Amino acid sequence: MKTLIQLTVNGEPVEAAVDANRTLLQFLREDLELTGAKHGCGLGDCGACTVILDGKPVNSCLVLAVQANGRSVLTIEGLAENGKLHPIQQAFVDKGAIQCGFCTPGMILSAKALLDTNTKPTEIEIRTAISGNLCRCTGYQKIVQAIQDAAEAMTGKEGS
Amino acid sequence: MRDFQVLGARAPRLDAPAKSTGQAKYADDLTMSGMLHGALLQSPIAHGKILNIDTSKARKLKGVRAVVTAREAGLVKYGVSPARYDETLYCHEKVRYVGDEIAAVAAVDLETALEAVELIKVDYEELPAVFDMFEAMKEGAPQLHAEFPGNVTAEVHQEFGETGALMAQCDLVVDHTFLSKRQDAAFIEPHSCLAVFDLQGKLTLHTSTQVPHYVMRTVAMVLRIPVGDVRVIKPCVGGGFGPKSEATPLEMSACLLSKVTGRPVRMNYTREQVFLHSRARHQFYAEMSLGVKKDGTMLALRNKAVLDGGAYTSFGIATVYYSGSLLGGPYRLQAMKYDGWRAYTNKPACGAQRGHGGVAHRACFEQLLDKTADELGIDPVEMRLKNVMVAGQATINELNMSSLGMKECIEAVRDGSDWKNKKGKLPKGKGIGSACGFFVSGAGYPIYRSDTYHSTVVIKVAEDGGTVTVLTGSAEIGQGSDTMLAMIAAETLGIPLECVRVLSGDTEYSVDLGAYSSRQTLMTGHAAKEAAESVRRQIAEVLSVHMGCDAAHITFRNGNVLFRGGPGDFEKLRQGYIKEHRGWTDPPGGDYLTFREAARLAFLEKGTLVGTGKYKPPRLGGAYKGAAVGTSPAYGCSAQVVEVSVDLETGQVSVDNMTDAHDCGLAINLTSVEGQMQGSLSMGLGECLFEEVKFDSRGRIINASLGEYKIPTALDMPNVKSIVVESNEPNGPYGAKEVGEGAIMPTIPAILNAIYDATGVRINELPVTAERLYMAMKEKEKKP
Repeated sequence: MKTLIQLTVNGEPVEAAVDANRTLLQFLREDLELTGAKHGCGLGDCGACTVILDGKPVNSCLVLAVQANGRSVLTIEGLAENGKLHPIQQAFVDKGAIQCGFCTPGMILSAKALLDTNTKPTEIEIRTAISGNLCRCTGYQKIVQAIQDAAEAMTGKEGS
Repeated sequence: MRDFQVLGARAPRLDAPAKSTGQAKYADDLTMSGMLHGALLQSPIAHGKILNIDTSKARKLKGVRAVVTAREAGLVKYGVSPARYDETLYCHEKVRYVGDEIAAVAAVDLETALEAVELIKVDYEELPAVFDMFEAMKEGAPQLHAEFPGNVTAEVHQEFGETGALMAQCDLVVDHTFLSKRQDAAFIEPHSCLAVFDLQGKLTLHTSTQVPHYVMRTVAMVLRIPVGDVRVIKPCVGGGFGPKSEATPLEMSACLLSKVTGRPVRMNYTREQVFLHSRARHQFYAEMSLGVKKDGTMLALRNKAVLDGGAYTSFGIATVYYSGSLLGGPYRLQAMKYDGWRAYTNKPACGAQRGHGGVAHRACFEQLLDKTADELGIDPVEMRLKNVMVAGQATINELNMSSLGMKECIEAVRDGSDWKNKKGKLPKGKGIGSACGFFVSGAGYPIYRSDTYHSTVVIKVAEDGGTVTVLTGSAEIGQGSDTMLAMIAAETLGIPLECVRVLSGDTEYSVDLGAYSSRQTLMTGHAAKEAAESVRRQIAEVLSVHMGCDAAHITFRNGNVLFRGGPGDFEKLRQGYIKEHRGWTDPPGGDYLTFREAARLAFLEKGTLVGTGKYKPPRLGGAYKGAAVGTSPAYGCSAQVVEVSVDLETGQVSVDNMTDAHDCGLAINLTSVEGQMQGSLSMGLGECLFEEVKFDSRGRIINASLGEYKIPTALDMPNVKSIVVESNEPNGPYGAKEVGEGAIMPTIPAILNAIYDATGVRINELPVTAERLYMAMKEKEKKP
């Protein structure tokens, strides 16, 4: 028995019939071919599957697709506009915050959810915001620096 | 004099934009039409005889396309080192650990495949199991492999110099023991692969591996297909750190199932299966004695190791050799004795992980060094400086330090951390500690005995001369090797970095042993440089005829060609190029002939412009047994100073500051070098303070998840003061050598030495949980 769901994904309306036990992560990766969200553990431990659901970062492996009915999902694919990287993405590239890149989409979206509500976060606020996103490559330092840089770039843009 | 145009900069990585947008494809992101999904049946018991395997019910399940066991797969033995091939793809007589592979299923979807796995009925006769490395080597212990009695995979006995005689001459001999715990690499991407046989019977395997070359060879050997019919492609890889350095049952199962079904087959490990497959860091026990003179001069070291290998050998022979050989430096010793054993136990097999074989023994030794300095009343940093080796020296076990900025690293962290004002002056509960270490820049010999080149590289120039493509089988696994190779090619050809494209990780492109033992910068880097030099030479030869200028006087810089240092009269060549590209909007301009015009001219005369390069190290090391392990064309080294706070009421440790200096030769890409340094420290911090794979009494892992097995989060890692110390390595391309593994060496002992400074308690067992430290502090209080 499938359930019909309607939701917004990266600003576009989407309608689909999904099984009741299908996770949002499976729905995004397999049905919509949005493979930017990664499957790292399936238990909500690693944060690689982080997407933004109605403004809040969630582990999409712990959300059922049916729970996203009527809601708005932002995935990493929806961040760059017209081929131009979002300031957070650009800062991750410039600062060397990306190594293997498997945590990167989730990390960037956790950072975006933070910066959307807190334009001038302290270092500890940044570290807390990404503490559910595990990275084994970088030691987090360049990621934190990138988010700090992005925060500056984004507030600078608003000010001008 | 260093005058680089591209090297030594902070270049953004080539793959970063794709990785930041979700466009980068990892193995699990690939799909093919008609693709089947595979699943593995793994042993639920730690040790037992297989009496019968009944697959009939599984085969009948709707949607199942194939079920394979040892009967279908055959019994070709494989492993990492040909001297110890002790695995078959599927168990046939015995299972040896919880997780040992017995069968695989391919079905139309994963749910069906998993259901079919449940329907396979295996009858076992359970056997007594052994889980402790010391118990395993005792007489009467359950035996894992009939071919290796006593459960000893490998033992090593080496002596350099007269240890006993020198110990007798020492003013002081200090002992120390140390016990580490089994670690998991905890890369964020679980292994994933997609195998497909085409209609000609040729196999393509897309897989998350560090070593496409070795995977190709092992798959070919085990499935009995010609090497030339196997192509291994590595898409983006979500971290490796060692355990992805060998062919997995997952990969071979996907290949076999594809062969049987004629369909593409995808297989993934779950996170739990990543822990079960393991091949990660062994548990090590170390026992050491260091003999010194009163003034702190080190004379002799006795070192003993016991390693818990798990059920199979994997990299284990090399591991147990490394635990001895990597203590030959970076301090001068006149004698060194090493005895090591690696035991089989009924647990997942351990293999290579960052700092292969050296990390635990380095941790023990650097603590021992501090203990000795303490007894002599010498500052531990001064004691390190007193004994440190310098470039040009060889260790007592014949490892040649062709460059070694060890002294500079120690001085850098001493000064960078304000050591002199902190050591011995911090309040109770605060501590500071230091340590050093070094590591190979690529193993001196391949895993299988061979005269093969370790790296070959092909560089191809686009017909218009504007883009240069580097083709290599080397493995970008997140460390930044693609960008490194592009930078070396750009520097050598005298063109901007933007003009270089890198296609890597495909066994069709070139031969490359892959991303392990920190080898690619030095080895693949050499091959890329040679390939670029070949292209440059070919272009110069063509130009010399047209310009009437000796090829030796033609140079390439920033995308321009210089003739005897000047522009020369190239107008005719430019007109020719422009004429050929009528209607194009980017005609070459400027006061110099461009690389693009020059390369086009060479194409017109010679056809597609291709340069090849190759590298293998010269014969290295001594003539004694096991001399190969530890040899390398070059060694990177590091020093660290760590400051900790210890809650004296609870034993909770927090790492406040880390100062790290690493000598990587020439830092090709500074940002990437720092990234490797910081990542290494993070992994070392995790191993020191939290990480331990735990088992229940029946050999089942009780913390096989990233929630229960804790790795450092952003809240656990402090900011690191990273100091890049550059030397000029004569055996490295443009003077470059490793950074990816040497940087982890000092982390654990520096933290442990800092904890001692803070508490007066020397912890000799990992991880340093609050409980362990609290109990140790209590114990110390009891003693008078």
